[in-house]
Amino acid sequence: MKIYTDAAHALADLKSGMSLMSGGFGLCGIPENSIDAITEMDIKDLTVISNNIGNSGRGLVKILVQDKIKKAICSYVGGNPDLEKRLLNKEIEIELVPQGTFSERIRAAGLGIRAFYTPTGYATEVAHGKEVKTFDRPCLLETALHADFAIIKAQKADTYGNLWFKETARNFSPLMAMAAKISVVEVEEIVPLGAIKPEDIHLPGLFVKRLYQGRNYKNDIEFLKTRGITP
Amino acid sequence: MSWTNDEMAQEVLKLIKPSSSVNLGIGLPTLIANFITDEMNLMIHSENGVLGVGPSPLLHEASPTLINAGKETITVKAGASFFDSSLSFGMIRGGHIDYSVLGGMQVDCEGSLANWMIPGKKITGMGGAMDLVHGSKTVIVMMSHFSKDGSPKILPICDLPLTGHGVVHLVVTDHGVFEFTKDHYKIIKLAPNITESMVISNAIRA
Repeated sequence: MKIYTDAAHALADLKSGMSLMSGGFGLCGIPENSIDAITEMDIKDLTVISNNIGNSGRGLVKILVQDKIKKAICSYVGGNPDLEKRLLNKEIEIELVPQGTFSERIRAAGLGIRAFYTPTGYATEVAHGKEVKTFDRPCLLETALHADFAIIKAQKADTYGNLWFKETARNFSPLMAMAAKISVVEVEEIVPLGAIKPEDIHLPGLFVKRLYQGRNYKNDIEFLKTRGITP
Repeated sequence: MSWTNDEMAQEVLKLIKPSSSVNLGIGLPTLIANFITDEMNLMIHSENGVLGVGPSPLLHEASPTLINAGKETITVKAGASFFDSSLSFGMIRGGHIDYSVLGGMQVDCEGSLANWMIPGKKITGMGGAMDLVHGSKTVIVMMSHFSKDGSPKILPICDLPLTGHGVVHLVVTDHGVFEFTKDHYKIIKLAPNITESMVISNAIRA
C-alpha cells in the first residue's frame, strides 16, 4: 500500500479502454475526488462498473457527459436521465445486472470464486445466453466481475490501509476494493495505526493498493426526507 | 370507492405478521413506513445495507451517509446493523427476509412480475427487484389496479420484460387484495363498492 498526495497522482496510470469500478449507492459514499480527477484526464472508452453510474447529474454523470464511458455495467438507471437518454439512443453499451448478482459477482472476483449459480434472473432477459442448471429450482451461471481499477471512498483509514465506513456508505466499496487489480481509496481522515480497533475494521488494508486524503467533500444528500417541520 | 395510496399501505401492513423482517421497495411501498408502529416490532431491511430502518430524521439529524434504497435520508432504530451489498443481498437470496413489498407495472396469472423497463420508452433497471422476488419468503406487489391510460395491470400474461416468473404471492391494489397461486389468482378482499366485474376486466380469473 502506498499513500499518495492526491487523486491525480493516484490515478495517473488509468488509461483509455480500461475497466473502472466505482463504489457508492446513488450519491452515498461516492469517491468524489477520484471522479473529479478523471474529469480532468484525457482518457476515453472506459468500461464503468457501478450500481448507478451517478445520479441526478452528479457523481459519475460528470464523466458520462464527457463521453468517456464506452460501456456501463450497472443495476439501476432510474433517477439518472443522462444515462437513460444515452441508452435509449444506443450511444453507449450497457450490461444491466440484478443488484444482488452484481455485488456477488464483484465479491466472487475478489475472493477467487470463478462463477456461481443463482436463481436471480431466471426466465428474464438477464438469462439470455447463460447456462441454466436446476437445483431446488432453475439457476443461472454467473461469472466473477473483475476490473483494472476501483475508486472507492471510506470515512477513515489507518496508515496500513485498514478501512472504516460510516453508516450505509459501505455498500459496494469493500467488494470493489477486493475485485480490482488496483484499488484507489480516498478518505476523509487518515489516522495512526491502532486508532481503528481491529474488530472495527470493515476492510483489511491488504486489499488497498493506493490511499490518499481527500478534500472538499460535498457529501450531497439526494433526497432529504424529514419528519416534523419540512425545510 | 377505491383505496387511497395510504389505505393501500395500511392493507399491506395487515398482511404482515408482527416481529417480521420486511424489505420495502422504491415507489408506493415507501408509504408503508409511515404506518408502522413500535408494537409491530418489524425490522425493516433496505438493500443498500441496513437492517432496522427507523422513521425519517428530524432536519438536524439527517446524515448524507444514512439513506435507504430510495436514496432518502433515514434514521435507524435500536438493534439496527449496517453491512455491505453482498451480505445485504445474501440476506435476501438466502431466504432470511420474511416479506418483500415491491412496486409493479404488470403482474400476470402465473404470478410473474414486470417492473423494470418498457422497451424503447423507459429503462429503470431492475435494481434489486430480481433478487428480492427470488429470495423473500412472501413477495407482495403494491400497485394501482389500472395504469394511467386505463389498461389493466393484472393480465393473463405480462407483455413487458419480466422481473421474475411465478414469484408473486400477494398483490395489493387500490381495488383489492389478491392471492396468487401457480396458474390463477383469487380475490381476498375488495375495496368498498368495488365489484368483482370491475377488477377482473379482461384478465383471467380462476
